[in-house]
Amino acid sequence: MQELIERAKALLADGTVSRVLGWRATDTPFGPEPAFFESGEELNEFVYNCFCGANLSKYLIESSALEGKTLAFLKPCDTYSFNQLCKEHRIDRGKTYIIGVGCKGKITVERLHELGIKGILDVEDAGDTLTVKTLYGEKSCPYSDAMLERCHACKGKEHRVADEVIGESADTTDTDRFAKVTELEQMTSKERYAFFQAELSKCIRCNACRNVCPVCNCRKCVFDGNAFDSVQKANATEFEEKMFHIIRAFHVAGRCTDCGECSRVCPQGIPLHLLNRKLIKDMDAFYGEYQAGEDTSTVSPLTAYTEHDIEPEAGKGGNE
Amino acid sequence: MSIDDRDFRPVIAAFCCNWCSYAGADLAGSSRMKYPAEVKIIRVPCSCRVNPMFILRTFEKGADGVILCGCHPGDCHYSTGNYYTRRRMASLISLMEFVGLERGRVRVEWVSAAEGAKFAETMNEFVEHIRALGKNTRLEDLRCKN
Repeated sequence: MQELIERAKALLADGTVSRVLGWRATDTPFGPEPAFFESGEELNEFVYNCFCGANLSKYLIESSALEGKTLAFLKPCDTYSFNQLCKEHRIDRGKTYIIGVGCKGKITVERLHELGIKGILDVEDAGDTLTVKTLYGEKSCPYSDAMLERCHACKGKEHRVADEVIGESADTTDTDRFAKVTELEQMTSKERYAFFQAELSKCIRCNACRNVCPVCNCRKCVFDGNAFDSVQKANATEFEEKMFHIIRAFHVAGRCTDCGECSRVCPQGIPLHLLNRKLIKDMDAFYGEYQAGEDTSTVSPLTAYTEHDIEPEAGKGGNE
Repeated sequence: MSIDDRDFRPVIAAFCCNWCSYAGADLAGSSRMKYPAEVKIIRVPCSCRVNPMFILRTFEKGADGVILCGCHPGDCHYSTGNYYTRRRMASLISLMEFVGLERGRVRVEWVSAAEGAKFAETMNEFVEHIRALGKNTRLEDLRCKN
């Protein structure tokens, strides 16, 4: 972490970049938040630890409109989103300076809570085990048990774009990312419906999944009304309530890099990434494998066609 | 058909491409072929005009089934419109089924302007299928019911 701060300070001092985009420590040890730093002094609050799951690429859209370059720290999975946004001309690559940071999987406090570790005061990450100081004494658990779901299905630890890379990464992939989707497909239509009804009914329409998604970046979202301020976010019709998740998933179809931010931020713990993964799985099967954000030149399957594509009826959501 | 069977009259929305299926429906009519009155035709300039949201919206407005008719691939008036429709709808149908919608509530069919008979036949068959499935309650209750 110190190395990152030193490098950021040096780049700020020699004028290469005008601001730094990274994570800042907050009151809790498990909640670093994305932040812009504009001076070496502010950088003292910079933090990069096992809780820095937040994908910073979306913030670069905002900073692309500002004067000067922005230094951003991106994890391997974040670089996919970055590429996708460059492809869509939302980020100006020339106005960014990317430092790839090492990643050995990110953990989440929700998983720690599920493991029965509460009242967290401090987390010490030593290799494969995680030692947590809590109000009730010291506890420990295997690192991978506390990891985010998306890290178990990691796309790989290679930075797809970076001006320089600092830090080591460790492979964390230990499951097939389509395992759950396949399991659901094998259920009957009724069972699947029951599953999704139970999950989606938990939704409180906080819009966090939309706000955090790197590719959900329309200036004016279909879910926003014409009213002023927060009233704008109120749903205009019941329709929105019911279809929100289908619409959200479909709007990012072919652009979703499977970064898993939607599920990470969901306060209700809805596995939203399943809908995105289903679309990815289908498109892989129908039109050949495609990974959004792998580079800045490939064309998304939904914006292309061939003369001999499969017929729409071939699209199967699973067993009947 | 007994009186009981007639109780449920599904609402079917059919999006028809101006250049082919809409004319196909016209031909079916002028050839005196029968197709059910439950089918409500919505004319669109091209099957590609149909945003997936339209289909969701029709369900919200009370449709029990939605059918999208376009030109045969390769015959699009605008050259390539229906190729995009084909890809888009394959994904949408799959996603809708994945969240638990019954198979066959959304359908895509290619009907040309000369295929009045195919149009009538498709609509008869589709209405029968939806009648067998019954009312569309699943999407209605996808959220906020427990």
